[in-house]
Amino acid sequence: MRWLYDPARPQQTVTVKLLSVNWPLVALITTIAAVGFAMLYSAGNGSWHPWASRQTVRYAVAMLIMLAVAVVDIRLWMRVAYGFYAATMVLLIAVEVRGAIGMGAQRWIDLGVIQIQPSELMKIALVMVLARYFTNLPPEDIGDPLKLIVPAGLILVPAAMVLRQPDLGTATMLVLCGAAMFFLAGVRVWMFGVIIAAAGAIVPFAWHHLRDYQKNRILTFLNPERDPLGAGYHALQAKIAVGSGGIFGKGYLSGTQAHLSFLPERQTDFIFTIMAEEFGLVGGLLLLALYAVVFVYGYAIAFRSRSHFGRLLAFGITTNLFLYVFINVAMVIGLLPVVGVPLPLVSYGGTSMLTVMFGFGLLISVYVHRDVRFGRGDAEG
Amino acid sequence: MKRRNARGKIMTRRALVVAGGKVALLAALAGRLYYLQVVQAPKFAMLADENRINIRLLVPPRGLIVDRFGVPLATNRPTYQAVMIPEQAGNIAETLGAVAQLVPLTETDRRRVVRDMHNRHSYVPVVLREDMNWDEMSRIDVNAVDLPGVSIDQGLIRHYPFGDETSHAVGYVGPVSEEELDSDDPLVELPDFRVGKSGVEKEYDLELRGSAGTSEIEVNAFGRVVRELAREDGIPGEQIVLGIDMALQDLAMHRCNAQGSASAVVLDSWTGEVLALASAPGFDPGAFASGLSPAQWKALIDSPYNPLTNKAIAGTYAPGSTFKPLVATAALEAGVITPDTEFFCSGELHLGNAVFHCWKKGGHGLISLDRAIRESCDVFFYHTADLVGIDRIAAMANRFGLGLPTGIDIPGEKPGLIPTRAWKKATTGVAWQRGETLSCGIGQSYVSVTPLQLAIYVARIATGHTVKPVLARSAGIMMPTSPVAESISRAFALIGVHEKTLDVVRQGMYGAVNELHGTAYRARITDPSMAMAGKTGTAQVHHIAREVRDRGVVTGTKIPWKERDHALFIAFAPVSAPRYVCAVVVEHGGTTGGEGGAVAAPIAHDLLLRAQQRDPARRVPPEPFGAAKLAQG
Repeated sequence: MRWLYDPARPQQTVTVKLLSVNWPLVALITTIAAVGFAMLYSAGNGSWHPWASRQTVRYAVAMLIMLAVAVVDIRLWMRVAYGFYAATMVLLIAVEVRGAIGMGAQRWIDLGVIQIQPSELMKIALVMVLARYFTNLPPEDIGDPLKLIVPAGLILVPAAMVLRQPDLGTATMLVLCGAAMFFLAGVRVWMFGVIIAAAGAIVPFAWHHLRDYQKNRILTFLNPERDPLGAGYHALQAKIAVGSGGIFGKGYLSGTQAHLSFLPERQTDFIFTIMAEEFGLVGGLLLLALYAVVFVYGYAIAFRSRSHFGRLLAFGITTNLFLYVFINVAMVIGLLPVVGVPLPLVSYGGTSMLTVMFGFGLLISVYVHRDVRFGRGDAEG
Repeated sequence: MKRRNARGKIMTRRALVVAGGKVALLAALAGRLYYLQVVQAPKFAMLADENRINIRLLVPPRGLIVDRFGVPLATNRPTYQAVMIPEQAGNIAETLGAVAQLVPLTETDRRRVVRDMHNRHSYVPVVLREDMNWDEMSRIDVNAVDLPGVSIDQGLIRHYPFGDETSHAVGYVGPVSEEELDSDDPLVELPDFRVGKSGVEKEYDLELRGSAGTSEIEVNAFGRVVRELAREDGIPGEQIVLGIDMALQDLAMHRCNAQGSASAVVLDSWTGEVLALASAPGFDPGAFASGLSPAQWKALIDSPYNPLTNKAIAGTYAPGSTFKPLVATAALEAGVITPDTEFFCSGELHLGNAVFHCWKKGGHGLISLDRAIRESCDVFFYHTADLVGIDRIAAMANRFGLGLPTGIDIPGEKPGLIPTRAWKKATTGVAWQRGETLSCGIGQSYVSVTPLQLAIYVARIATGHTVKPVLARSAGIMMPTSPVAESISRAFALIGVHEKTLDVVRQGMYGAVNELHGTAYRARITDPSMAMAGKTGTAQVHHIAREVRDRGVVTGTKIPWKERDHALFIAFAPVSAPRYVCAVVVEHGGTTGGEGGAVAAPIAHDLLLRAQQRDPARRVPPEPFGAAKLAQG
């Protein structure tokens, strides 16, 4: 029970920990989630059914999980990082194998109570495992390319598997998030230059191996009018929704694109379009501002953490969250191809809600345990 | 420890770099939002409206066609169909079963319903049963509670209360054809839209059509109607009033139908209004609106009676002896004969090697013009035609409306033919033969005219004015208080023939009907105030038939129908103040030799008598004619 209550530090009771949780951040998260409920209510054509009601319940459950994660000692999270990563890999492989033996491409694992998308969990697991790896890596070894082979593998193996699913969005996020961790950990800048150059060389090869629909998405992204009824339909309709919202929007529950079903996937990946259509530029910027405040909190927590692991974890999770928001909004408003990344806290969906809240739990855990000193056993264990 | 601090510093620095990158990316998002929502907002707002707003056309009700007294000849009949919206119907099989207990629903119907359901969105109504009668509609309507998703759709279908009696004059409507699609009117693109295909329906199609209204509706991405945003009602089609008197038309059709294949035209020569335009047999114009079965179509086009041809305007016949008054007019005007000229008829006339017969064996002896018209002496007119010449006959014929389209306001009119020397040279390359003038002089050979032309011709003889026919009555429905024509319309100029000439001809025609040896004596109108004058005619169909008959080998009904002569009659009445004119052609009506008088003249007798009895100048209220018919319809 030392991870929850350490007799050596009696002041760190669960109650005390809960009290020291960054409640303004929790309030901010809840505000964003509430915006999500309102959007899902609108997406259901002014009805709690079928999305808003279930999302609220999910949020409540996820909130409890987040608080539970937050009060767990940060050192424990560090210790289980490899195990958590390994378990997530197993799930990923399980999904892959099941798809291979004939159930079709599937990203889900049904655990009875909840369906889990291992690729979503992997985003957190990757941040944890890299934070742990770089914490343990002696500073003088950071310049050694050989020492970077293992963490690079930690990123690329799951990314490659996710890409095979095929889930271009998650794969991109894993790679970008991992790269950010590398950068923060102090990997030499010239190495990034080498990697980027290598990646550039691989692109034609990779293009060859992309599925047709992925190629189509990219081609259609480059020119959405190419196929207004087919692949470009989502992108075009989303742009129409956003653009027709104007500065102040069409008013809550009055978005014609959303309510007349012109918006595809309006409750999941394209939920931002409802915000932008019904509340216009003002609403869209406001939501982005809320996220920006969350990122600032994430950075503040990272900077206040005394442990290297805590900082890396906080930066990693914040970056991960940023990537969610950026990729989602960018694809919805036509800056990126439609790759299937949800808007955290707002998009309808169990796993993404769980993953995001789990991430916030870790972030808050970093905050709660900002002054915890890592003993030798913690650090190297 | 120092290194670890260094590590922390690097991370802090780099975190700020990453943060800067994130700020830049967020700024890019904000900039893009600004671009879409401010700079390009109008464009996207328009695209959003294009997405959701559909314009539906509202079909205006087609204008009615009524006769001169307002009796409807073409109306719009409500038609009921049972439709089912599958997504509201619950258990489809149960609902279909319930419907089948109320109205007959065959296995084919059910299969079609199931097929339609599979091919469309579940909110699109599927037709269960079309064109239900009032009883069936009521049964479904009353039980609507037990039939979820089933409703009654009401549409309009063109209805012709008099069916085949008005099929040629009024015409019919049908689906839009490829050529008709090429039009500015958006209505023609509607799948259920009907346009006029013949007769008045075609001629006045644009007036009858009206103009489309629009309904602006909001639809969702699947095309389902969400609500109506705006509505602009169209302009209903105009009512077209015809000069036709349905009572007269009905009589004409009855009499013509009794003859198999015949046509009759009655005109009011003072106004040019067509009072009856009969072409028998007719056809059911309603069947064209709802669609003909292949069997119905085959029956129509295979019939020897050509029911689809409007014989009154498109049937061309040799005028036979009805042409003689014209030849007489041409000769009198040319001065080659006088009213007192006499020729000797021995029953035949020799010209070179050819022999030209008079219909009367043994001949008429010494015969004057007056008697020649009355008794229709052929030899007299052989001489007369020979004297006046074909070109002067043709010029006069054209003046009287023969061989030229009359310009009546329905499509499909044939011009007929009045030959000239130039025409024959141009078409056959052979010079005109003198004998041909003789044949033309008794209305045979190349001469061919339509019944309507005959009516116009007799109207011009009767009035001395250039009467022109018209179906639509510009004065509107005739009311008991409406002003009536007191004399011939000023629109009809004088024809430019001496009144004395016309009087001689009219006198001959009076004799043909009212004097004992007249060819139509038996068909005279005995009431002196309504007496008619006329001229019989027989058009040879088959030359051999005539020669064979002349030799007495085959007579009467033993001649095959197709080879019998046509019987013709033209007449005007009353003789004291000619106003009503009539032309009758009975195809292959000749069995006796006196065809025109025996077969065609009685029809003209009835029509002219009835026309005069219904003369509005007498202020006789029209019989309550349409009501009974309408009640049946």
